[in-house]
Amino acid sequence: MNAEQTILLTGVFAASSCALVGSFLVLRKMAMMADAISHAILPGLVLAYFLANGPNLVFGVLGASLAGLTTVFLVEGLQRTGRVKSDAAIGIVFPALFALGTFMISRYFANVHLDADAVLFGEIAFAPFDRLIVAGVDYGSQPMIVLGAITVLNLALILFFYKELKVATFDPGLAAAIGFSPVMLHYGLMTAVSMTTVGAFSAVGAILVVALMIVPAATAYLLTDRLALMIGLSVGSGVVSAVSGYYLAVLIDVSISGMMTVTAGALFGLAALFSPSHGLVARAIRRSKLRERFAADLLVMHLSHHRTAAETFDSLAAELNWSPSWLERVVNRSTQEDTIQVESEAVRLTDNGRLAADRIAASLEPAR
Amino acid sequence: MDSEEALDRLPVAVRDLTVAYRDTPVLWDVDVSMPEGKMIAIVGPNGAGKSTLIKSILNLVPLTSGNVTIYGKTYKAQRSMVGYVPQRGSVDWDFPTTTLDVVQMGMYGKLGWIRRPGKRERDVALECLEKVGMASYANRQISQLSGGQQQRVFLARALAQDAQIYFMDEPFAGVDATTERAIVDIMRELRESGKTLVVVHHNLETVPEYFDWVILLNVRVIASGPVEEVFTREAIQKAYGGRMTFLPDSVGEPSGPLRRAESLGD
Repeated sequence: MNAEQTILLTGVFAASSCALVGSFLVLRKMAMMADAISHAILPGLVLAYFLANGPNLVFGVLGASLAGLTTVFLVEGLQRTGRVKSDAAIGIVFPALFALGTFMISRYFANVHLDADAVLFGEIAFAPFDRLIVAGVDYGSQPMIVLGAITVLNLALILFFYKELKVATFDPGLAAAIGFSPVMLHYGLMTAVSMTTVGAFSAVGAILVVALMIVPAATAYLLTDRLALMIGLSVGSGVVSAVSGYYLAVLIDVSISGMMTVTAGALFGLAALFSPSHGLVARAIRRSKLRERFAADLLVMHLSHHRTAAETFDSLAAELNWSPSWLERVVNRSTQEDTIQVESEAVRLTDNGRLAADRIAASLEPAR
Repeated sequence: MDSEEALDRLPVAVRDLTVAYRDTPVLWDVDVSMPEGKMIAIVGPNGAGKSTLIKSILNLVPLTSGNVTIYGKTYKAQRSMVGYVPQRGSVDWDFPTTTLDVVQMGMYGKLGWIRRPGKRERDVALECLEKVGMASYANRQISQLSGGQQQRVFLARALAQDAQIYFMDEPFAGVDATTERAIVDIMRELRESGKTLVVVHHNLETVPEYFDWVILLNVRVIASGPVEEVFTREAIQKAYGGRMTFLPDSVGEPSGPLRRAESLGD
């Protein structure tokens, strides 16, 4: 496997593993918890480094998961005291844990070179050089293998516990009542988030890992009303961001992980604008159609109320206080619908229009 | 009533129950028995602990003292006999799922961990939607439902749970008259088939019409028993204290509410 394939596959695994758990984070309104975990795993990593006497994969994952769960536990504990709101609780806990990590580094590992850039942005381009070597055998790129394994684990978690996670997210009260402990599922999910974060951390860094968890899931949320499809689309948009982000980065010679995140952001922008159901454009079109529909009904009602007087364009424009161009649009629409007819300036209801007016009047009766 | 055998036949027995949030008691030394095959209303002012009583029976809040039995055993042992309809506002109706899927969630408990719902579950869910008049909405995204329709879907989900005892938290809150009528009809059907219904209710006026049994609650139990016996002007005044400025006319005359209920019952 050459370097480019390794980097691409690492990116694809990072995006997929993040998108899988990210979908549930978005639905549980816990996006900022991902941010907290991604920073707070630092003391866990340092502790693992200390205990294993150097960088060690297993210790690292365990230490980070522990630190991640501690974060969740502390944040929720603070919230339960009723003295701190949830956003403030997150703002207190994760900087404290992150600071603890930096403190431990400067106290015990002052001569270890720690690259701040690598912590914040990661360096996926180094993925091919970081080898997984066990007992002298080289199994391949360590970040790629670790992220691949985490992707499989996350996929298994969601496949096995799909209905449990769904009901605990939608209706925790019911979930608890029928015996699916929402607390257990919550901490299970948070363990997966912590493991995913530590895996993706080395590839894309502490800040961008949050982007990969939240942005593709938020994109998918705009595109569908089905949970399974949302998870699929979330992974899909994550993978597309990773792959196209890589090639764009190579093309214009910029940070690969940065470009992946920018691409994910761009996909979100497209979805926010053009999603057929929730997009801003679709909504604007729906609104304008509704407005025209309402105006057409109003015109019919108005003509029906003033049946005796002959209405003209000018009198209508004055009475309804509409601009001539808007009136013309509404009149055209109503003519097409055969509710009114225009004969030498005079605007009149047709028979069909009188029926329409009766229908509208009936629909105004107290509802239900 | 208090012999061991009698307790085993009681759908719900609450003994010496106290629940406190930090140092504020929400329920104070509550003793109530809920008889089988009745429609039971829990009424009381805001903050009286009505929802908390249901939640403590369902093991959803920690008990400071006391115990609860369902047909003589703990809730955990009897979970499959219990159906629960939470407050409609307690869930996110923008969640990406369909009406049918929400109803199927009622059967997740019987399926147990990991097993997925299949065709049987789908058919049962459709049947339950049919009963509440929502079959044509099966594939609708839930955010498109009105308040009344959401409540019907919740009721269908409870039907799908196929329980012996149902706990419903304000099922009539914010629903239209037609839906209220439909929900009451289904509750009555459930009662006819021997089920017990425990309902947090906030409209005093409809208590005599809808319910057989009433628990008047204000942190402590003010009164508990058959509606015609305990739902008196005096007891209501005691439960609501000075906050009660209006009382329905029908309340207080022993024969009044019952006759009215009969004349309204179809």
